Amino acid sequence: MSRCDVVIIDYGMGNLLSVRRGLEHCGASVVVTTDPDEILSATRVVLPGVGAFADGMAELRRNGLDVAVRELAGKGTPLLGICLGMQMLLDESEEFGRTLGLGLIPGRVVPVPSVGIDGLRQKIPHIGWNGLVLPEGRKCWGNTLLHAVVPGEAAYFVHSFMASPTSREHSLANCLYGGQPVTAAIGRGNIVGCQFHPEKSGEVGLKILRAFCAS
Amino acid sequence: MLAKRIIPCLDVNAGRVVKGVNFVELRDAGDPVEIAQRYDAQGADEITFLDITASSDDRDLILHIIEACAAKVFIPLTVGGGVRKVEDVRRLLNAGADKVSMNTAAVTNPQLVADASAKVGSQCIVVAIDAKQTVPGKWEVFTHGGRKSAGLDAVDWARQVQALGAGEILLTSMDRDGTKSGFDIPLTRAIADAVSIPVIASGGVGTLEHLAAGVTEGRADAVLAASIFHFGEYSVREAKEYLRSKGIEVRL
Repeated sequence: MSRCDVVIIDYGMGNLLSVRRGLEHCGASVVVTTDPDEILSATRVVLPGVGAFADGMAELRRNGLDVAVRELAGKGTPLLGICLGMQMLLDESEEFGRTLGLGLIPGRVVPVPSVGIDGLRQKIPHIGWNGLVLPEGRKCWGNTLLHAVVPGEAAYFVHSFMASPTSREHSLANCLYGGQPVTAAIGRGNIVGCQFHPEKSGEVGLKILRAFCAS
Repeated sequence: MLAKRIIPCLDVNAGRVVKGVNFVELRDAGDPVEIAQRYDAQGADEITFLDITASSDDRDLILHIIEACAAKVFIPLTVGGGVRKVEDVRRLLNAGADKVSMNTAAVTNPQLVADASAKVGSQCIVVAIDAKQTVPGKWEVFTHGGRKSAGLDAVDWARQVQALGAGEILLTSMDRDGTKSGFDIPLTRAIADAVSIPVIASGGVGTLEHLAAGVTEGRADAVLAASIFHFGEYSVREAKEYLRSKGIEVRL
């Protein structure tokens, strides 16, 4: 059996080593690249990233990678966006003014609610381990990258903005912060995005990376 | 619900974990990667490495440790000690650290906090504040491992580092550090209430009750401890089970 091949897109945003190590731990053979052709010929692609939305999109465009990502998403290649890489899958972001995203999943990127349902102020950024829960209207995670995750198991988050998908069917998982739902994962066909860091979420995160390697 | 975090702290000197006994005698406590793996297996929510290496020749050893750790431990890693420039931050993050903590350099050059958070994002920048009580309800900031007064009020400084772009504050009570008499609760609460970013309480943990008090009375978002875990008095799991029994949300 050949090893799982994963291409990680390197567009200069954030630390790619941890994502690489996490995937390698799951048996993947990993290539980190800036080359659109290499990305387009990949079996699976990870769009990682930490930092500001506008900078991330500018870096993707500067290298012609936005076109490559849209093309591979269109032809059905499994694509996993992590953190900023997940947020960029959406149409646009409100972070520091309006910025257009990749438009692969309808929706926007909005601030994490800074006030809980009890009216108390919440700490921002939302940093730490929070339990993954099924969003309203979703019965289970079967047939998704989260299929091995048990609702309530925690993943590691660190962010101030979050995805707000237009359609409920693209909402895969939430967590609760001050009682308010915060989007944890989104998905549309071959495209999946995690706000949390699977590469930093211990065994729960590794279950998701293993599922991606098997997708 | 967001869990309160328990963070074991490892002091690293020239590539080895050391345990201080009364702050003077340093004993070798083992390989940092092995110890980090052990804490991960016990359910630690993050690991913090404090690089106390004095010799600049040995400074790069921490980079290799972080690299090795990132290949085996899949939880967040924070590194502090000796960070002076944005380049230092980048090197640590590229080696696999998730957050970098700065203390003295933030006081002597506050612009470093702003520049580093602009470059790598606030979520990667932790400012460590070492504070000592002057009069009840007032605390002063110390730098250089607690040897030098910075002439800053701790609460004012906490607000300032938040404005500069820090994503988290690691707060250590100099009065309590090493005493095993519990966190300085009024200090922890004063800082936690003054800022909107998460606060990690440190300094003085001797019992599991102390950890719980840091969260409930001190309103800390996370608690950091070294000796109670290093000397095998309690495992991280025991600490978490205790917090849960007190109604505190933890990841178990």
